[in-house]
Amino acid sequence: MTKRRWLQGLLLTILVALGIFAYQTRQVSQAGGSITAVGSTALQPLVEAAGEQYTADHLGTFINVQGGGTGTGLSQIQEGAVQIGDSDLFAAEQKGIRAKGLVDHRVAVVGITPIVNRKNGITHLTTKQLTAVFTGQVTNWKQVGGKNLPIVLINRAQGSGTRATFEQFGIAGHQAKTAQEQDSSGMVRQIVQTTPGAISYVAFSYVTKAVQAVSLNGVAPTEANVLDNHWKIWSYEHLYTKGQPTGLTKDFIAYVQSPTIQKTLVRQLGYLSPSQMHVTRDVNGQVTPIGGTHS
Amino acid sequence: MTKSPEQLEQELKRRSKAAKLEIWGRVVSFSALILIVAVVVAIIGFVASKGLATFTTNHVNLWDFLSGKNWNPSLTDAHGKPEVGALSMIVGSFLITVLSAIVATPFAIGTAVFMNEISPNRGAKILQPVTELLVGIPSVVYGFIGLSVVVPFTRSVFGGSGFGILSGTCVLFVMILPTVTSMSADALRAVPRYYREASLALGATQWQTIYKVVLRAATPGLMTAVVFGMARAFGEALAVQMVIGNAALMPQSLVDPAATLTSVLTTGIGNTVMGSLQNNALWSLALVLLLMSLVFNLIIRLIGRKGRLQ
Repeated sequence: MTKRRWLQGLLLTILVALGIFAYQTRQVSQAGGSITAVGSTALQPLVEAAGEQYTADHLGTFINVQGGGTGTGLSQIQEGAVQIGDSDLFAAEQKGIRAKGLVDHRVAVVGITPIVNRKNGITHLTTKQLTAVFTGQVTNWKQVGGKNLPIVLINRAQGSGTRATFEQFGIAGHQAKTAQEQDSSGMVRQIVQTTPGAISYVAFSYVTKAVQAVSLNGVAPTEANVLDNHWKIWSYEHLYTKGQPTGLTKDFIAYVQSPTIQKTLVRQLGYLSPSQMHVTRDVNGQVTPIGGTHS
Repeated sequence: MTKSPEQLEQELKRRSKAAKLEIWGRVVSFSALILIVAVVVAIIGFVASKGLATFTTNHVNLWDFLSGKNWNPSLTDAHGKPEVGALSMIVGSFLITVLSAIVATPFAIGTAVFMNEISPNRGAKILQPVTELLVGIPSVVYGFIGLSVVVPFTRSVFGGSGFGILSGTCVLFVMILPTVTSMSADALRAVPRYYREASLALGATQWQTIYKVVLRAATPGLMTAVVFGMARAFGEALAVQMVIGNAALMPQSLVDPAATLTSVLTTGIGNTVMGSLQNNALWSLALVLLLMSLVFNLIIRLIGRKGRLQ
């Protein structure tokens, strides 16, 4: 009996201690501040790394970064459930989102390139040919100047930011033919690398020697070509807030947009900085040169 | 010693410690039950409310949903209706489930027969732990092995990308094999010993006993095992998604990329917005999955009841 009493006493103490601990930490996190950023998996590495650096510099703050996808990020920020929604797309481009009331903060630019398997014998295409390939009008690589190999299309999942950007700027707004879909860029590269006849599209940072990046209309997929919009397939990475950001959210976004991050992390992780760009592009795809730094 | 009748009565009427403990135990177990029932009801209610919104709020025709072959929830067809035909995924799910069950059943029953009838000692010592080990392997590991072994193999033999129903079947076959095996073994074990003794006494050989008596008597149990395996195959998401290729197309051959209900759900859910048609359509797929698993459960129940009647 006494043993049981002991156990009960111990259990009670632990419970009380846990309660006090929880209460204490709640106080601390309220005092220092904690925010949550949810959304795009393409942008997640950057926000995570920036968040770690920020919290290391500003003790007592906590930046909680979660994936979930662009759709999740935008719907969560629209509902006000989180402080920051990460998105590969303009909010107005995502169906079901009322873009009004959401404030856009562009933190990076990402270039996207078609990639093919090295055995296809393709190094350059025209937009017309690429469109024909992705809409299924052409089914063998020899029809566009490659080897005699059937074309294997690999798409990203519907609603993926990379896919939306590629369809808008890579194949002139056409809808890619229904084909196999993969939900990550790493997987796409892996499949293109190992499957003869395969073609897909990934962000520049995923291109390796094992796959062939394709030049379009004589323009090579390089960062320099993205900066002056000679390479058209690129998009902004956005951090969305509901209304103008305040407090920690504002500080953190300013930190991500500051040269500290833009010149180091953004470049290291394979993105371009919006401040480097010689042009801007709006939600309708209108491109305007930035005054002064005209190319 | 000198207690008045009233005192005595009170003492007898008061609940003893054992009785209190009993009530306490009842309350605890009953509230656990209530909690589980509430969770189940809540999940079904949530999935149903979300899944039915496609038909009530977005006005998609139920028949179009079940029989349409085009899955592009963000697009509309010539009549201005969203393209949310789920038939290709439903067919993909059933095809992969049935195929893997067909392949797995002979192996599972064979193993169970060996474990129970032919070599009970060695079977119990080696096969039992092996099948139990197979059950414990996480599905992502199966998917990974499928991706790095099965898919390249299919690609080198049949061409194409290697992703497709065939690869999915291979992976699911290994995944459901242990479930079906151990349940088949249970079914065989449940066959009374005197059935076998009677058969052997009549002069039947061991093989004749196995397939004329033991397997016949265990048929309801074996069917339950197969349906259970199918239920698992039908609901498996991750491993299948990694090897099937996720193309929402009607399957033309076993080596072309296809999609299942689960694979479309897992790839799509992060890219849609809560409350939008694209999201609701995915919930409708989830509802179909849920209803199918209820059907599988019903079948198992029915088989069990039939087995008892005999």
